[in-house]
Amino acid sequence: METGTWKVKTGLAQMLKGGVIMDVVTAEHAKIAEEAGACAVMALERVPADIRAAGGVARMADPTVIEAIMKTVTIPVMAKCRIGHFVEAQALESMGVDYVDESEVLTPADEKYHVWKHDFKVPFVCGCRELGEALRRLHEGAAMIRTKGEAGSGNIVEAVRHMRGVTEGIQQVVNASEAELKELATEYRVPVEMVKEVKKLGKLPVVNFAAGGIATPADAALMMQLGAEGVFVGSGIFKSSNPEVRAKAIVKATTHYRDAAIIAEVSKNLGDAMMGLDIKQIPSEELLAQRGW
Amino acid sequence: MDAENKRMEGSMKIGVLASQGAFAEHISILQKLDTEAVPVRLPEELRGVDGLIIPGGESTSISRLMSSYNLMSEIASMAGGGMPLFGTCAGMILMARGISANGTESLALINIRVRRNAFGRQVDSFETELAIPVLGDKPFPAVFIRAPIIEKCDSGVDILARLKDGTIVAARQGKLLVTAFHPELTDDLRLHRYFLDIVSGKL
Repeated sequence: METGTWKVKTGLAQMLKGGVIMDVVTAEHAKIAEEAGACAVMALERVPADIRAAGGVARMADPTVIEAIMKTVTIPVMAKCRIGHFVEAQALESMGVDYVDESEVLTPADEKYHVWKHDFKVPFVCGCRELGEALRRLHEGAAMIRTKGEAGSGNIVEAVRHMRGVTEGIQQVVNASEAELKELATEYRVPVEMVKEVKKLGKLPVVNFAAGGIATPADAALMMQLGAEGVFVGSGIFKSSNPEVRAKAIVKATTHYRDAAIIAEVSKNLGDAMMGLDIKQIPSEELLAQRGW
Repeated sequence: MDAENKRMEGSMKIGVLASQGAFAEHISILQKLDTEAVPVRLPEELRGVDGLIIPGGESTSISRLMSSYNLMSEIASMAGGGMPLFGTCAGMILMARGISANGTESLALINIRVRRNAFGRQVDSFETELAIPVLGDKPFPAVFIRAPIIEKCDSGVDILARLKDGTIVAARQGKLLVTAFHPELTDDLRLHRYFLDIVSGKL
């Protein structure tokens, strides 16, 4: 019996596909998410919209909060560590968290290195804005990727930009000659074998979810139609006026993402969505997606 | 394989429940076996299928999605009418008559009691070489991810595989096949071929 293998790390992400991973800050939230059909929850002290509003340094959540959530639900529980903060990651692993998100939503701890994720038994998910960033994270050992979007904004525009960035990158690799593959690998700062694998598969070698700005069932279905294999919804659910109903609607829209009639039906009477932000109004130093490289 | 069986298998259509989870992996394996595979999200997509696979995923999530749009009751009624089913991991949970300490609504088809997340959390997920006598001598590369186990088999259920410590991880009852692990994550096609043989009536 072998634990912590690449197959079981990437395999859990494969089991999450077609599903919705919801940010929760209490055990009650977690229960609502599970009841609504979430395939996993992300245990946090504050949702990104509140982290953004609070300012200051955002760190790993209090383990008490994470443990309360782990005790309450039977679905996988994820938690965030700061970029490069391998000790926060070690703590999360020791608690038995099912997936660690090395996340730009928290304040980065290292400006040079992300966590070397191959050293861990717990799998990691990391954010990206384009293919090169995704491959750098994979090289460090991420077993799942999510496009970053702009967390806590309630605005889907950055999520769309980043998903298109990944897709266009893959298309470029698929069409590249042997010599161009070497150039791309140099540009992406990854071994050429990784780029060749993308060319062979025509997709990322791990599961890719969308994140950062999903607030409605139609947003979730949009990301799925653009190629996401599932979605993270952060502030979008528990910052809305009726989280139970909205959570269920987003779960249905993610499964039936090509069925316009179902998306229209589940979009009815959801109450107010979270207040969104115009990305252009956010000062550039406050854009979370720019954290990480 | 004789010509007649080959023709029968060639015309088979297998549905793969696509509410949530690793359905694309099952579809890809069925295609490798030259079998038509269709994703099923709504009851009308079950029309004309000769068998159904319920994939790995999150059983609570799949259960909620199956309960909407009457998919659960339609599958239960077709299974009652003799449709073969193959459930892997979450799929096994959803087919079990008994689920220990859990409120997940299931199809309650196969006479087994299962326990969810029986090995612990994700850091306890594992791979192992598993002996499955009905598939021959070569061990099966079994991937267990936050896997359930079969705690108890009642009448009519054949045990197909056990871990070295005796834990039951695969079983069959008539046309119902279940595994606690994920054959859809490997290149070994034997369990899917075994299921197709159940569907075609060969086994």
